Amino acid sequence: MTAAESHRAGTFATKSGEPRRHHDVGGLAAGPVDTSTHDLDEWEKRTDALVYLLSARKAIRVDELRRAIESLGPAEYADATYYHRWLHALTRLLLEKGVLTVSGLANELARLNAHDRE
Amino acid sequence: MTTTATQHTIGDRVRVRRAFPPGHFRTPAYVRGRTGVIVTVIGTFPDPEELAYGRDGMPGRTLYRVRFNQTDLWTDYTGSRADTLDIDLYDHWLDQA
Repeated sequence: MTAAESHRAGTFATKSGEPRRHHDVGGLAAGPVDTSTHDLDEWEKRTDALVYLLSARKAIRVDELRRAIESLGPAEYADATYYHRWLHALTRLLLEKGVLTVSGLANELARLNAHDRE
Repeated sequence: MTTTATQHTIGDRVRVRRAFPPGHFRTPAYVRGRTGVIVTVIGTFPDPEELAYGRDGMPGRTLYRVRFNQTDLWTDYTGSRADTLDIDLYDHWLDQA
């Protein structure tokens, strides 16, 4: 893509030419910004509350949350909504720190899935 | 809080390092290797690149606000030549230009 073509597409080419990670999106086309207001789903509010409480108790830091969000793969990162990213990151951090165990989380998810099917 | 990196003062010209380390960092591709001017010495804080892995972030890092000309960052910038971008960068990303 030439510089002029990329500009028409909404993308600015960097002069630095430095490599970027998939979450480093400065200068890339982003499309129109949705400025409409909308209410959050219950799970989104709960995710927000969990992050707030775990941060207040110093169980996690914002820098850890950001690092965990960045560890999502490129496609997963692009597809996930704001709170999906938080939820992925929170799960990863709580597993790393031993607050959750892999088997405990799997068992609980299986229990909830079974409950939903009843 | 102490810091080990070179200290800069307001008005200094600095070049952002062309580093691409593993782990977490928040220095975007578009400023790496580019030259700007220190406009504010914000303060010294625990190193966020260490905090990201649950460590204490000591020794602290000095955070600077650095101003770049937009035309120095983008190949086809069509706005005013006077347009600038301010970004906060930690001392270990900056060399004297």
